[in-house]
Amino acid sequence: MPEIKTEDVYIELGRHPKAGFAAEDLILQMGPQHPSTHGVLRLECVTDGEIIKKAVPKIGYLHRCFDKHAENENWQQVIPYTDRIDYLASMNQNFSYAITVEKLMDIEIPERAEYIRVIVSELQRIASHLIAFGTYGLDMGAFTPFLYAFRDRETILDFFEKICGGRLLYNYIWIGGVSHDLYDGFKEECMKFLDYFEEKIHNEYNPLLSFNKIFIERTANVGIITPEQAIDYGLTGPCLRGSGIDWDLRRDDPYSIYDRFDFEVIVGKGEKGTVGDSWDRYMVRIWEMVESIRIIRQALQQIPEGDIISEKVGKVVKVPKGEVYGRTETPRGELGFYLISEGGKGPARLKSRSPCFSNLCVIEEMSQGYMLADLVAILASIDIVLGCIDR
Amino acid sequence: MTSEEIFAKLKEKFGDKILETDTEAVQPIATVDPASIAEVCEFLKNEPDLDFKFLNCLTGVHINKVEEEEEEKLRVVYNMESLVIKHKTALDVIVPISKPNVPSVTSVWKTANWHEREAYDLMGIVFDGHPDLTRILCPEDWEGHPLRKDYVVQEFYQGMKVPYPEEEPKQEEKEEK
Repeated sequence: MPEIKTEDVYIELGRHPKAGFAAEDLILQMGPQHPSTHGVLRLECVTDGEIIKKAVPKIGYLHRCFDKHAENENWQQVIPYTDRIDYLASMNQNFSYAITVEKLMDIEIPERAEYIRVIVSELQRIASHLIAFGTYGLDMGAFTPFLYAFRDRETILDFFEKICGGRLLYNYIWIGGVSHDLYDGFKEECMKFLDYFEEKIHNEYNPLLSFNKIFIERTANVGIITPEQAIDYGLTGPCLRGSGIDWDLRRDDPYSIYDRFDFEVIVGKGEKGTVGDSWDRYMVRIWEMVESIRIIRQALQQIPEGDIISEKVGKVVKVPKGEVYGRTETPRGELGFYLISEGGKGPARLKSRSPCFSNLCVIEEMSQGYMLADLVAILASIDIVLGCIDR
Repeated sequence: MTSEEIFAKLKEKFGDKILETDTEAVQPIATVDPASIAEVCEFLKNEPDLDFKFLNCLTGVHINKVEEEEEEKLRVVYNMESLVIKHKTALDVIVPISKPNVPSVTSVWKTANWHEREAYDLMGIVFDGHPDLTRILCPEDWEGHPLRKDYVVQEFYQGMKVPYPEEEPKQEEKEEK
């Protein structure tokens, strides 16, 4: 038998000092089944004691090849698939796809449908941020906030169930409008809920978790993303704004009717630690819920009567040849669709640029030098959904 | 800046490396010589009045053949924007399927790293100069690139049968028959 040198093998395997692997290093697999990875994500951590030298995300456990499915379906049949990209914010995903197709079709949407779209996607934003709030508490060892968050999220899901029948996956925002009109009494119910919910943010959520001393100690100054890093890695949504960058598609590249509403873009200020730490990203989400409430209130006051779906869109949607990049601001950031139409019955190519996919790739650089326990705090602060990453 | 101005600036700097520009389309786009895409992106990022520091999306496309004799082609589309000046643009490169090599732009934007890996994984576009060009969404030992038009699913993956058993034909297919 030919002689195999132990050293050569270990250099090739990357487990040798010459390959950058020190004797004291240990490779630790976090996931794929781990309570704090929020799904099936594996982090390959090279650790020195409890210090993380490197944490490399390994993804793809939930890959269904959405792009390939989309190529084999017709224009409307893609919408239920978009629900499943980010299953915690399905309304926003529907919205993003509908906007992309409409951009290419160049059609006007009835006023009432535009308002309904804004109302449901802002309600969805609140529901999604509530999950982020609840699970962040859970990951930090606080169980109670999770129950509070689910109590209030339930009301929003009930609204959606009454509007369109679905609680999680809606298929509600269609090309040219929405599938069902709001039910009678929605306006009053929703207004009542908003009043109740705004008070709860200030009097329950914030004292319970946001300004809790233990929570601040765990999250402030942990997992700092500098503004340069955030832009270079293509971060969007609360992760980008948490790093102090004032950028929100709803204001800076207004789609639908967002230019009619008065709201603020929340950015991280480093109140409890450094700008761009985990607490900042968390707090951006909390204050964004308050801004969403403001938008919904204005929308409910302005909403006109009228059609809910454009008459120009028939049963068979016809999309002219061309290509376009359409996007919206979802709770996790910019969800874009790169759509190529060849005039056929479905998309010729549809790439989804999911926010979580880009947000996660920064973790390798930002987690260096923190303790292993901080990795949980960092991961939760990015608020990933694995369906959105793997698609 | 409008797309015309951006493309004019590119043409002035790179001349015939900018093969084609289309400002009439819904999304204005400039086709760039594949060999110089990294330099063009570097210029777009660092020029102060262009300032494209943010890469939104990188898409791999398998172009449908128009004529039968034509060689099949792959395409990469880059969508980028400036968060300060608030303008955006798109570039693309076209390469033959037999030699699908495109220079990597990972050194320009770090976010391109994962997007290029995805394009390699699903479309089989090889990005030269990429630090770690491995599969990202499919398993490492998967065969073929699923988003290619001529892709056929492998029969077995590690001893497991991959394609689902034959399904009932869809309603509309039945009607056609």
